[in-house]
Amino acid sequence: MNTTWRFLLALVIAVSISACKTTEPATDTTATDTTDTKPTTEVTTAAAPDPRDYTDARNFDNSESLLSKRVIYFDFDKSEVKSEYRPIVAAHAAYISANGSAQVTLEGHTDERGTREYNLGLGERRGNSVSGLLSAAGAMGSQLDVVSYGEERPVCRVSDESCWQQNRRVEIVYTAR
Amino acid sequence: MQKIIFTLLFLFVSQLAQAKLEIEIIQGNASALPIAVIPMQWRATDPRPQTGVAEVVSSDLYRSGLFDPMDEQDMVDRPVDAESIRYGTWRLLKVDYLVIGHVKDAAGGNGYDIVYQLIDVHTQEALFSQITTVGLGDLRFGAHRVADAIYEKLTGVAGAFSTRIAYISSTGVGSDQNYQLFVADADGFNPQAVVGSPEPLLSPSWSPDGQSLAYVSFEKGNSAIYVQNVSTGQRELVSSGKGINGAPAFSPDGRYMAMTLSASGNPEIYIRDLGTGQKRQLTQHWSIDTEPAWSPDSQWIYFTSDRGGKPQIYRVPLTGGNPSRVTLEGNYNARASISPDGTRIAMAHGRGNEYRIAVLDTDTGRMRILTPGTLDESPSFAPNGSMILYATREGQRGVLSAVSVDGNVRQRLILAEGDVREPAWSPVIR
Repeated sequence: MNTTWRFLLALVIAVSISACKTTEPATDTTATDTTDTKPTTEVTTAAAPDPRDYTDARNFDNSESLLSKRVIYFDFDKSEVKSEYRPIVAAHAAYISANGSAQVTLEGHTDERGTREYNLGLGERRGNSVSGLLSAAGAMGSQLDVVSYGEERPVCRVSDESCWQQNRRVEIVYTAR
Repeated sequence: MQKIIFTLLFLFVSQLAQAKLEIEIIQGNASALPIAVIPMQWRATDPRPQTGVAEVVSSDLYRSGLFDPMDEQDMVDRPVDAESIRYGTWRLLKVDYLVIGHVKDAAGGNGYDIVYQLIDVHTQEALFSQITTVGLGDLRFGAHRVADAIYEKLTGVAGAFSTRIAYISSTGVGSDQNYQLFVADADGFNPQAVVGSPEPLLSPSWSPDGQSLAYVSFEKGNSAIYVQNVSTGQRELVSSGKGINGAPAFSPDGRYMAMTLSASGNPEIYIRDLGTGQKRQLTQHWSIDTEPAWSPDSQWIYFTSDRGGKPQIYRVPLTGGNPSRVTLEGNYNARASISPDGTRIAMAHGRGNEYRIAVLDTDTGRMRILTPGTLDESPSFAPNGSMILYATREGQRGVLSAVSVDGNVRQRLILAEGDVREPAWSPVIR
């Protein structure tokens, strides 16, 4: 009886200790690949990912991480990425360059002012701006695609600056992670 | 009596479609020809249409800005034949021309004959007597043909009332969004859907024979150019490379298509031979070069370029060479539409946040602003150069308007549901 209980106790302790151990994603690369497709269903006592680890796919849904921010906004008639958005772009560049399977489409948009075909060009210019920064920071050209919707896909339809500024954007869309 | 007309609003409702037409007078045209289109006697089999032939003719003539049709309520006399015209009365009313007639069944019973005369009140002569025959259900089309004949007789210019317009309608928001390309009569009645998609459609452009429409569709996930036969529905994919495939424009002879492609890295104008499929690059500049438009003699391609900083209209010889800037006024000029005689260029003209339709006279270089804005775009000339169709806003909703080329008469078309945009006026279809 004593031996059996001691054995069982030792077993319980051993299991508890191993459960406490956090798995290091970096040391187990195959596990990272397979958990990519289900980032939100981890129900373990593992610690939350470091929000500044931009190579960790779990941070796409972590509101504390820049990887969860996937829209870049622009000034009227401009296509330069403003300095306040550069850290977001850098975070995605880190992810894309660390994950060869990642495929990203930069969707370029404009507000409603001006003609539609010209705005297709302006939306593309914005998409190219973001794409250029991503490849300068290590993303491969084959991982990036730019599609412009011009003014055709607005998120709001009011004719004032508070809506216009929401429409002048590039959306970073991962078609593969 | 006629001053009342200057401040009157007309509302026409069609029993075929929910199109509504509101005519708004901007300012009276002092030289508009005073004409009375007397309601035509119905001698055909019932049912008679809700809107009579005379009403459609009057409305067409009024829209052109060149005529001042008498309101039916003011017609003290309604002659049907020339013998019963009391010329003294009409001279007192200061009416110069009368249109009188009747509608009867066509021989064979498959349609109607519109039998009418255009009378000169001063000479008391019939300028012409005509019978226009149409099939059953085509009475509106017949009325438009009557208006065309009257317009041509009195102005010397062919009418454009029996032509058609194409436009895009967008309904719903977000994932429920749906787009349709419609073709309707030039007054907005009788819309027929040509193609529908949950993805954006834009830039419809008519072939010169009026049989096909080129347009841009995002149904493949990126912009692509299609050409579709309006009657048969058959269509062909013309361009779907990487980047933008946009702004298709048929050449006046229908053999070529100008378009915007950005596969080379930035949007440039190309000319595609529709027979061989070969394409030739026409512009070469890091700027956005788009919205090509052909001069009627095919010597020039007008286009929008921001090579100078902001969008302006430029032109380049079709054979190639250095583009030269055409617009010198205003900080935003785009989407040129060339008049059929090549002497005028309509465009979207922007100042600050306000966009209006302006017309540039190529002879004098003078630019006139025709519309009040504030988000007016996509001007399209009528095939006789007399009016310009364009997209504008009413509150949040996109609607189409037509303005006479002298700016005197403007008409709002409220078509079907949804947000309407991107109008294109068909050529004359013989």
